[in-house]
Amino acid sequence: MTATVTCDYAKVQSILDGHGNDPARLISILQAVQAEYRYLPEEALAYVAEALNLPPARVYGVATFYAHFALEPKGRHVVKLCDGTACHVRGSMPILEAIRKRLGLTGEKVTTDDMAFTVETVSCLGACGLAPAVVIDEEVHGQVTPEQAVTLIEAIIEKDKEASHV
Amino acid sequence: MKTQDTLIVDGREVAIEGEPNLLELIRKAGIEIPTFCYHSELSVYGACRLCLVDIEGRGIQASCSARPESGMVVRTRTQEIREMRKISVELLLANHDMDCPTCPKSRSCKLQDLAHKLGVDKVRFKRTHKPKPVDHSSPCLTRDPNKCVLCGDCVRACYEIQGIGAIDFVGRGTSNQVMPAFGKDLNQVECVGCGQCAAVCPTGALSPKREVNQVWRDLENPAKTVVVQIAPAVRAGLGEFFGSEAGATCTGKTVAALKALGFDQVYDTCFAADLTVIEEANEFIQRKTAGERLPQFTSCCPAWVKFTEQFYPELRHHLSTCRSPQQMFGSMARELLPNMLGVKNEDLVVVSIMPCTAKKFEAKLDKFIDADGVADVDHVVTTQGLARMIEEAGIDFANLPPESFDMPMGFRTGAGILFGASGGVSEAVLRYAVEKISDMPLPSVDFHQTRGEEGIREVNLEVNGMMLKLCIVHGLANARTIAEQVKAGQCDYDLIEVMTCPGGCVAGAGQPVSIGRQTIRQRAQALYNNDKTVQIHKSQDNFEVARCYSDCLGDVGGDKAHKLLHTHYQNRRAVINQANSCKGAPALAPTQATCAACEKCGAAV
Repeated sequence: MTATVTCDYAKVQSILDGHGNDPARLISILQAVQAEYRYLPEEALAYVAEALNLPPARVYGVATFYAHFALEPKGRHVVKLCDGTACHVRGSMPILEAIRKRLGLTGEKVTTDDMAFTVETVSCLGACGLAPAVVIDEEVHGQVTPEQAVTLIEAIIEKDKEASHV
Repeated sequence: MKTQDTLIVDGREVAIEGEPNLLELIRKAGIEIPTFCYHSELSVYGACRLCLVDIEGRGIQASCSARPESGMVVRTRTQEIREMRKISVELLLANHDMDCPTCPKSRSCKLQDLAHKLGVDKVRFKRTHKPKPVDHSSPCLTRDPNKCVLCGDCVRACYEIQGIGAIDFVGRGTSNQVMPAFGKDLNQVECVGCGQCAAVCPTGALSPKREVNQVWRDLENPAKTVVVQIAPAVRAGLGEFFGSEAGATCTGKTVAALKALGFDQVYDTCFAADLTVIEEANEFIQRKTAGERLPQFTSCCPAWVKFTEQFYPELRHHLSTCRSPQQMFGSMARELLPNMLGVKNEDLVVVSIMPCTAKKFEAKLDKFIDADGVADVDHVVTTQGLARMIEEAGIDFANLPPESFDMPMGFRTGAGILFGASGGVSEAVLRYAVEKISDMPLPSVDFHQTRGEEGIREVNLEVNGMMLKLCIVHGLANARTIAEQVKAGQCDYDLIEVMTCPGGCVAGAGQPVSIGRQTIRQRAQALYNNDKTVQIHKSQDNFEVARCYSDCLGDVGGDKAHKLLHTHYQNRRAVINQANSCKGAPALAPTQATCAACEKCGAAV
């Protein structure tokens, strides 16, 4: 179901070289690897551990510590719904439910089968004045209603369809 | 005149004598401060918050992370502190499976002990424990995350003492757990099975794999003849379970207990250790004379052997081709005993009592199991496991009259006994090799230079104009340091002894849970004292071993000895290290060297 990316070790090695193969820069290295694959493939983590002479368990520990790092492949579009206190009281949950319903997702299943969307909640975006806020592909949308959120999702689906026809 | 720096602990003046932290100083003053995550041999972690003390003017702090300062006024048991400690333990218990009666660590568990000592009579918090799967995959250890208190002692033991890091903290907050990389099972990662994680684990989250049920079954089967060997370190540890002081040997009682349990023959692994000395010293003399494959690494310790196969496969031809004493015993038992005892090989059950968890893995290696599926050693029980059997059988160990080993494989010399302490193998080999090289009887059998506690020790001696340079290592992090030097061609040692556990087998993970370095020291001393009490101290003087050669094996290092007493090593790197094979780099070229004995069988090592 989840399409795993075949790991390009030359790419990972060039990221490592760019960071001087320095174990102290492990977090930056993992960020760069994630930027490349949209998640951290197991083989890439094993390679990083070997190259930096760190135990794989330690690298895995760091990768699982930060919410920023994903160990499962993410969809092409990432929807981050803020569920910090302000957004929560201004009604973030109905938005989440609406988006999940539209995409056929649940709390356990966060990525669509076609790898188009991943929907996740984040703790606080620091945009409380815009509550409830949602970030879609790095673009912030404030004071969103469930209906508007679904419209935003449908616009992306349409755009993707057109792009694939071209 | 400089006055002594002091501070006040619970109203008493205590001298500061270079203690690294307040905790050590308070313990020195005779006050036991509870801890989970503090272990004097490991780095300070400061997570469990049980060692809290009240420092006047600073408030409540963790004593493990505070430096003793002159004039400090410290209180260790105020109402507030006692309450906080109690709450910490209650919180741990709320997230713990609490099935104490069936836990392997019951009665030696720190959590159980502290809950009792701190007067925790009720857990006031809602139980939040959700069952997690138990990892039974390793032949050596059982990992039960339901009992983990997240102190991290195991993580630091594996990384700091053994230089491996097979387990680490994974996840965060309430989903934090200790586990191998990528959520794999222990047998799928680089764990060498040494069990030092279990030795420092305060609870039953990591424990030696239990193998006693299979032994009970065989003991009760009238068709089976069950023989047993006991490793040197066992006699210096078992008594601790039954009220003896650390360092008391209980060889005779152990033999008596095994006979009472129903073992048909009770033998000594030290007999096989004597065989190992002769084979390994001869191999060493050959290699030294020819200047080949030096330094020679000892091969008695299965965790070290696996470590080499895994992390330094290119150095595995440095390992002595000798099997470990456990496996030499196993193959000799299969060779000699069916005839001697009049039983069929498949009805002969060979059990080992070992201080070690890695020995369980070793006994299950394919190369030590014959084509009919009969293993040289069927079951490996730890010292802890044997204590359980003795208790279960209701045997009054403390009052057992001692008995003696059965012959011929119960006859051993002091050299074989030394194998249980770090430096002991080197000393035993020197007692043989020096006499052989100089062709003169040794003036003294004691090689004091080999004894000690330093993690890396050098021994230099000159014999007949030949310089012998030995290195004695314990702890795999130290072994890694030396292996890197060997790899870089920067080391001119002739023989390197490596024991995985700090202190040697006496500190194995199968031994009674030790309270620290002093216990290990006393157990090692017990073996050196034991050597003094036996009549023969050199393996070459073991007449039962000599008879083995004359009646069965033929020449030392000869064809038959090679078949029964030697082995080969594999490259385990590709198996565990996917990254290595992914680099696109060619697989490591097999080393082309063949050992002197192996030229006959042609195997590359």
